[in-house]
Amino acid sequence: MGPVQALGETSLYYINFAGKMTLLLGQCIWAAITPPYDWRAILRQINFIGARSMGVIILTGLFTGMILSLQGYHLLSQYGSVSALGAGVGNGLIRELGPVLTALMVIGRAGSAICAEIGIMRNSEQIDALSCMAIDPVRYLLAPKFTACVFSMLLLSFIFDVVGIFGGYIVGVALSDVSSGSYFQGMADAIYFSDVKMGLYKAAVFGIVTVWIATSKGYFVHLERLGGFGAEGVSRATTNAVVLSSVSILLWDYLISALMI
Amino acid sequence: MKIIELEGVCKSFGKQEVLKDVNLSLEEGNTLVIVGASGQGKSVLLKHMLGLHRPDSGKVRVLGHELGKASERELKEVRKHFGVLFQNAALLDSLNVFDNVALPLRQRTSLSSKRIAERVHELLEMMDLPEAHDKFPAQLSGGMRKRVGLARALSLDPQLVFFDEPTTGLDVHKSNEIYRLFHKTREKLGYTGVIVSHDVPKIFKLADEVALLAERTIQVSLPPEKFQISENPLVSSFVNTTMGPVYISENEESRIS
Ligand SMILES: Nc1ncnc2c1ncn2[C@@H]1O[C@H](COP(=O)(O)OP(=O)(O)OP(=O)(O)O)[C@@H](O)[C@H]1O
Ligand SMILES: [Mg+2]
Repeated sequence: MGPVQALGETSLYYINFAGKMTLLLGQCIWAAITPPYDWRAILRQINFIGARSMGVIILTGLFTGMILSLQGYHLLSQYGSVSALGAGVGNGLIRELGPVLTALMVIGRAGSAICAEIGIMRNSEQIDALSCMAIDPVRYLLAPKFTACVFSMLLLSFIFDVVGIFGGYIVGVALSDVSSGSYFQGMADAIYFSDVKMGLYKAAVFGIVTVWIATSKGYFVHLERLGGFGAEGVSRATTNAVVLSSVSILLWDYLISALMI
Repeated sequence: MKIIELEGVCKSFGKQEVLKDVNLSLEEGNTLVIVGASGQGKSVLLKHMLGLHRPDSGKVRVLGHELGKASERELKEVRKHFGVLFQNAALLDSLNVFDNVALPLRQRTSLSSKRIAERVHELLEMMDLPEAHDKFPAQLSGGMRKRVGLARALSLDPQLVFFDEPTTGLDVHKSNEIYRLFHKTREKLGYTGVIVSHDVPKIFKLADEVALLAERTIQVSLPPEKFQISENPLVSSFVNTTMGPVYISENEESRIS
C-alpha cells in the first residue's frame, strides 16, 4: 500500500468515524430531551458522575483558589493594588478555571469509567442483546448519562467556583493583609452577568463534549482503528477518549472565550 | 406463511468468506434446528436473522421485513416479536438475575412492579433457578447463565424465538427439562423457532426442519426423519459421525420413503 493510499484510507476512516459520532450525538440529545425520562437511571448517574466527584472537585477548587490568590497577591502588591485581588480570583475562576478544571476532573473520574463500561457492554454483546429485546440502547444506556453529565458539570463547576473563591479568601484575607470587605467588594464590582453566563455556557458545552466522546468511544469500540477487542481494546478506547476529550475541552474553551469575550 | 426467508445470503469478514449463497425458509409455527460443526457460521447466520449483521448480498426477510435494508426503527418494530438467547447469554452484567429478567418487562410493558415480580418469579421457577435472584451474572455458572438468558428471552411471550445453543453446558437432566419446557411453551404460545444446537439427535425431537450448515452454506433443510437419511454426502457424514449408523437401518429407511 502506497503512502497516498494509506493517507486516503486513514482520512476516510476518521471521516466515517466522525460521521458516526455526530449521528450518535444527535440521537443521544434527542433521546435525552424527549420523554419518557428514566429518572431513576438519571439520578444514579448523577450520583456517580456528580456526587462522587464532589471530593475531588472541592479539593482542586480549594487549591486552585489558593494558588490564584497567592500568585495574584504577589503580582498585585508590586503595583499596590491588592484591592483587585477578589476581582482577579473571582473572574479567573468563573470564566476559565472553574469550568475547565472541573471538566478535566470529570473526564478523569467519570469519562473514563463511562467509556470503559459501554465498551465492555459492546464487546460482550450486551448492547446487541438490548437491541434484540427492542430496547433502544441509546435511550436506555446513553441518554441518562448525557442528562446527568451536563447537569453534574454545571453543578460541580458552580461548587468549584464557590470553594475556589473561599480558598482565595483564606490566602488573601486570612493569611495576607487584604481586607475582607475589599476582597468581596472588588469581586462584586468586577463580575458581570456575562461572566457568569460564559461560565455556565462553558460548563454545559464541556459536559456534552465529555459525555459525548466517552460514550461514543465506548459505543463504537468495535470500530477502533487499532482493534477494539477484549480488555486491551477497551483500555485503548478509554485512553483515547480521555486524551481526545481533554484536548477538545481546551479547544472549546478557546472558541467560547473568543466568541463571548 | 413464511416467517423467515433467506435468499442468496453472502457474508464475508475481511478476506474470510463465512456465508455463501445461503437459502433458507421457515413456515409459521415451525421450529428450525440449525446444526453444523463449530466455526461454520451458525451464530453469524442467526445474527443475520436478528438484523445484527447485514448481508453483503442477498435478502433476509423476517416477518415480512427486509432486514438488510431496514432502518433502526423498523428493526426495533420487528424485534418486538423476538425472544433471543445469545450463545454467551449476553446478560447485562451490572444487573442481578432478577433485574435482568425483569428488564424487558419494565422497558416494554406498563405492568405494575408487583405483576413484574410475579412474572419473574414464575420464569425463574420454570428455569429451576429459585435461589439465584440476587446473584450477578459473574457469580453464576455457565449453565445458569444460559437459563437466565432463556427466562429473559421468554419473558414477553415472543412470537418468534432464536436460541443459540440453549442446552450447551447443561447436564442431561437439565437439558431434558429445557426441551420439555420448549415443547410446553410452544404448545401454549405457538411460536416459530430457530434453534442452533450441537445436541444431536435429541434436539431433533423439537424440530420440524433440520438444516445443516457446512462449507459456508445450508446444505439441506429437511424434516428430521428425511434429514437422517439424506443422500447429500455432507449430511450423511454428519449424521454418521454424530448419531452413529444406527439411525439409517434399512427398516427405517423403507418406512420413511
Ligand atoms: N464479528 C466477526 N468478525 C470477524 N469474523 C467473525 C465474526 N463473527 C464470526 N466470525 C467468524 O465467522 C466464522 C463463523 O463463526 P460462528 O460464530 O458463526 O461459528 P458457529 O458455527 O456459531 O460456531 P460454534 O458452534 O462454535 O458456536 C468463524 O470463523 C469466526 O471466526
Ligand atoms: Mg455459535
